[in-house]
Amino acid sequence: MRSVVPVLTVVGAIFVLWYLAAIWLNAPWAYDKAGRAGVTLSASELVADTWAQEKPKLPAPHQVVTEIWNTTVEKKITSKRSLIYHSWITLSATLLGFALGTGLGILLAVGIVYNRVMDRSVMPWVITSQTIPILALAPMIIVVLNAVGISGLLPKAMISMYLSFFPVVVGMVKGLRSPEVMQLDQMRTWNASSSQTFWRLRLPASMPFLFASLKVGVAASLVGAIVGELPTGAVAGLGARLLAGSYYGQTIQIWSALIMAAALAALLVAVIGVIQRATLKRMGMA
Amino acid sequence: MGWVVFALAAWAFGWLLNVWLSRQPATPLVRLAMPVIFGLTLIAIWEGVVRGFDISAVLLPAPSAIAARFVVSTAILWEDFVQTVIKGALTGYVMGCGAAFLTAILIDRFDFLRRGLMPVGNFVAALPIVGMAPILVMWFGFDWQSKAAVVVVMVFFPMLVNTVQGLQATHAMQRDLMQTYAASPVQTLLKLRLPMAMPFVFNGLKIATTLALIGAIVAEFFGSPIRGMGFRISVSVGQLALDLVWAEIVVAALVGSAAYGGVALIERAVTFWHPSQRSRS
Repeated sequence: MRSVVPVLTVVGAIFVLWYLAAIWLNAPWAYDKAGRAGVTLSASELVADTWAQEKPKLPAPHQVVTEIWNTTVEKKITSKRSLIYHSWITLSATLLGFALGTGLGILLAVGIVYNRVMDRSVMPWVITSQTIPILALAPMIIVVLNAVGISGLLPKAMISMYLSFFPVVVGMVKGLRSPEVMQLDQMRTWNASSSQTFWRLRLPASMPFLFASLKVGVAASLVGAIVGELPTGAVAGLGARLLAGSYYGQTIQIWSALIMAAALAALLVAVIGVIQRATLKRMGMA
Repeated sequence: MGWVVFALAAWAFGWLLNVWLSRQPATPLVRLAMPVIFGLTLIAIWEGVVRGFDISAVLLPAPSAIAARFVVSTAILWEDFVQTVIKGALTGYVMGCGAAFLTAILIDRFDFLRRGLMPVGNFVAALPIVGMAPILVMWFGFDWQSKAAVVVVMVFFPMLVNTVQGLQATHAMQRDLMQTYAASPVQTLLKLRLPMAMPFVFNGLKIATTLALIGAIVAEFFGSPIRGMGFRISVSVGQLALDLVWAEIVVAALVGSAAYGGVALIERAVTFWHPSQRSRS
């Protein structure tokens, strides 16, 4: 609670800077228009014009808010121009990819922890796989999967999966190895089988690590879904809105899609945060 | 059929070899050999499956075809490398990380700024910043300047968050000691807090290397001159020249791994005192 005032100050400062930058970036076009119309702009007219252009270089915050309001509340959800419709397309790909990535990540982590061959031969590649700019692969994955008849949700989800499995693997390996020697010895004294050790000690112990990586993973898989929508020729989804906006110079549309994506990311991370708190509380860990 | 058998044999051989190696004492050589064998096995299986099942080169080219294409088109690849990696990614990386580092030191001096900016910075670091790419391409034009701008925006916040966290990493006792020595704030910063922050700084730098490449390549999807890795990938996908796409990806993977490895090497030299580095030797 101590940081409420500083955070609000910083957010306020960002808005002030945004409005000032909008004046600065949009002024040339305003002067241009005024010059052709043969009128001179007073300072207040200039400000009013820069904050209300149709295709500004940088739209003012209230223009973006109006656009978001118009495309979410005023439009029907089924309409192709509704931002909620596009968000849902992106969100469904994100969630599917996230679920697949989490599953794959947990399986790989279990394999790595329980199998020395996998630990030594796969783990370096898991790390290397992240130094590859995978998003560059996105257009190809989508074209290839389209060619074999898989289209729609799954190709995008594959990219999300690739981006989100890594944090889960790393976090889960750390988490599954987090029980101390003494606790493992205790399990042995109780003559616990290795599956019992897994279900009753290692898996519960890894939960805090899992949730921390899930938060990173869900944000990454949203990025994957958005970028995955770029090369498909901009049909639907937030990424498609970005691309279409940049083709037609609709800056307000780009910004509203961007803010929507940010809100979606914040929402997803918050949801995981709530589940984390509830789960850890039940387990007596928080 | 022969190639499918080859793939299966390669799989069995690689697996058995690694199982045998894992029973050997873990010398550095064995540690290096196991992932290499795993990678080679994967490539052999890929080659065998592509040839054995006669998969069209439009879907998935064989590794040998990619290698052949790589050797033939080194000139194109080099041109794209210079445009995307050197001009776009590297410029943006240096500017973004440098700016974030200096901002972090500045923020650290003022507690109010730190408490206000850190939650915002953490939030922004989780956002899909790549989405800024079309806007920045619009502002800075199609050439490498806009790519560098995207990279700056992408690396800034992860770097900032990590550096600020690192500057907080000193213990009260260490700070007290500096005070007993009557060290000035600048001296404390240079001799205690910056060295203590280095593991965090390098963590940020490592995250930023991948982000920089991604940013530079994705930004080219939104418009670029007729060279660059992102441009080549999107155009070649349209022409179904998948072997060239894969060659570009090989370049990207090599650059990404080399950059990451380079940063890791510098880290080892700078933070040789840190437990995570000591335990390895």
